[in-house]
Amino acid sequence: MNYVNKIKQKYHYSIILLKRLVITDFKIRYKGSALGYIWTLLRPLALFSILYIVFVRFLRIGGDIPHFAVYLLLGIILWNYFVEVTNNGLSAIVGKCDLLRKLAFPRYIVVLSGSFSALINLFINLLVLAVFMFINGVPFSVQALWVLPLIIELFIFALSIAFILSALYVRFRDINYIWELILQAGFYATPILYPIATVSAISPIAAKIIMLSPLAQIIQDARNFIISSDTITIANIYGSQYIRLVPIAILILLASISITYFKRKSPGFAENI
Amino acid sequence: MNDNIAISVKDISKNFKLPHEKTDSIKGVFINPFNKARNKFESQCALKNISFDVKKGEFFGIVGRNGSGKSTLLKIIAGIYQPTSGSISVDGKLVPFIELGVGFNPELTGRENVYLNGALLGFSDAEVNEKYLSIVDFAELDKFMGQKLKNYSSGMQVRLAFSVATILAESDVLLIDEVLAVGDADFQRKCFEYFKKLKKDKKTVVFVSHDMSAVREYCDRVILIDQNKVVFKGSAEEASKEYTKLFVPPAQEQGPTVEISNDKADEVVEKWGSGGVEIVDAVIAKKKFKEEDKYIQFSYRVMGVGGFNDTINPGFTIKDEYGQPICGTNTNISIGKNQKLVFDNKTREVSIDWSLPNIFNQGIYTIDLAVLSSTNGSTLQWWDKAISFSIINEHSVPYPVAPLVDININ
Repeated sequence: MNYVNKIKQKYHYSIILLKRLVITDFKIRYKGSALGYIWTLLRPLALFSILYIVFVRFLRIGGDIPHFAVYLLLGIILWNYFVEVTNNGLSAIVGKCDLLRKLAFPRYIVVLSGSFSALINLFINLLVLAVFMFINGVPFSVQALWVLPLIIELFIFALSIAFILSALYVRFRDINYIWELILQAGFYATPILYPIATVSAISPIAAKIIMLSPLAQIIQDARNFIISSDTITIANIYGSQYIRLVPIAILILLASISITYFKRKSPGFAENI
Repeated sequence: MNDNIAISVKDISKNFKLPHEKTDSIKGVFINPFNKARNKFESQCALKNISFDVKKGEFFGIVGRNGSGKSTLLKIIAGIYQPTSGSISVDGKLVPFIELGVGFNPELTGRENVYLNGALLGFSDAEVNEKYLSIVDFAELDKFMGQKLKNYSSGMQVRLAFSVATILAESDVLLIDEVLAVGDADFQRKCFEYFKKLKKDKKTVVFVSHDMSAVREYCDRVILIDQNKVVFKGSAEEASKEYTKLFVPPAQEQGPTVEISNDKADEVVEKWGSGGVEIVDAVIAKKKFKEEDKYIQFSYRVMGVGGFNDTINPGFTIKDEYGQPICGTNTNISIGKNQKLVFDNKTREVSIDWSLPNIFNQGIYTIDLAVLSSTNGSTLQWWDKAISFSIINEHSVPYPVAPLVDININ
């Protein structure tokens, strides 16, 4: 009984703290900027506009894919979420060192709160996507609800990486530069800007490897459910539904490494920062 | 765990790893992954085999000098640091006050900060709501709660932080670091009122401090930590005596020794003033006074330098270990202006003996010596901490002075 109470008490604190940190983050993020929260929308839209003008209008990438603008925007929104979670996570522990040295709250809360803040932004961005879909005449279907489990998958994937990065950053302060490079490479290694069919046409093996990444799988699946069922998914590329187990296995492996590593390192955060 | 025990600390040790060559960059790992020196570290012991229990409803003190490990111990009890070995168990909700206003954000309003600080201390919105008005009331910041914290004066910030801490934290176990008791006199008074209230309400409090008078006044039991170990456990009274002993070099334990004050070679003799006279030969009868020593006696000589020609007014100030002046006088105040100490061509020096009743409380004291000009009041020479002595009393009180009190019970 005492033990049950203890667990209850422990999570009681975590939930209170998590809620308050997300609210605080939401409130102070754009304090002092004239447009405030609109920036959350403007950032992905700006990236979208640039890419759209350069690559779609002039370089004619994705010419034969229907609603390619929406297709591109969805990819950017999901990618942006991943970037936000991992970047928030990277600096979560070190950035809150002041708190860590003075209070004994569960350390994972600060990483989790950054991830939830990004999740709120993701949903707002998805609303913008819905507006774009409407303008573009993309039909809304019940199938689009399949995007929710995909978001959960993305949430876990991004969070696992965020936990590892946050703990690594305590010890290695150049992780942030390295991560910046990885993100840059990752953007082009993921079929966001280009249709995976283009890669497939040149090198089927490269396309197969690219699609094993949970990010690529999630983005293509989301496009498949929301925009067009013609979108090539991991199952199409390999010609089998069983291949879906691979990104899931990667996800589980990553999540367990992440939890183990973070749990092992977190007691020492206060003294090692 | 025994039902009466709030905190049980068993055989706690803490070593900090100090790497020889801190690998703050990944470069180090890549360039020479097999470099064994990289993995070497020096282990620095911060705490060694600490054990004690804090009973429920007890005001428990942890005292020790700077660097003795008491703050590390507090952080281990709070769960911020993990002990290298040993175990610790806490019964009930524990709220640590290592610092006031943890997590305060200047961009948020006073109100939002109350909720943030509350959440960090483990209180839900509902719990904060309940006490919100009393917090605002106590902080006397009614009109400012909607303002951003960055527009608060530092005094207002401290008031808000303190009021959140004290009103909200009605928990079972409180850890209080001495930093809580900083601020102006009014604020300190508030702090001490708060301590009294905690004591009255039978809260379990762990109080870390080196302010012996506060420890003596509030703590039921005290452990004294020195050089990472518990060197004394017992009443606040005795612990403060032991604490004072830590500062007295053991060589001067006994006997009236004539001591020239600047015994510490590394301590720079601090003399300043407009000049003309030189204070020399500051001598005190004993280094260590006990209760039966009715008088504190010391003397010094004043010598004129150069063609000095003036009426002088010598005096002294006795300060406690915190530099707080306790008492002092000079010849003008104590004897009056008729007694002239004229320095002219004939008189070139004067020797003065001072004797005052021993009313001092247990502690370490220093005497500043000074010679003022009688004519214009300017400081001719001031000698900081010219003499030091300590008082060791059988019965010590939590007040600045401890005069002998005759008590008749009829």
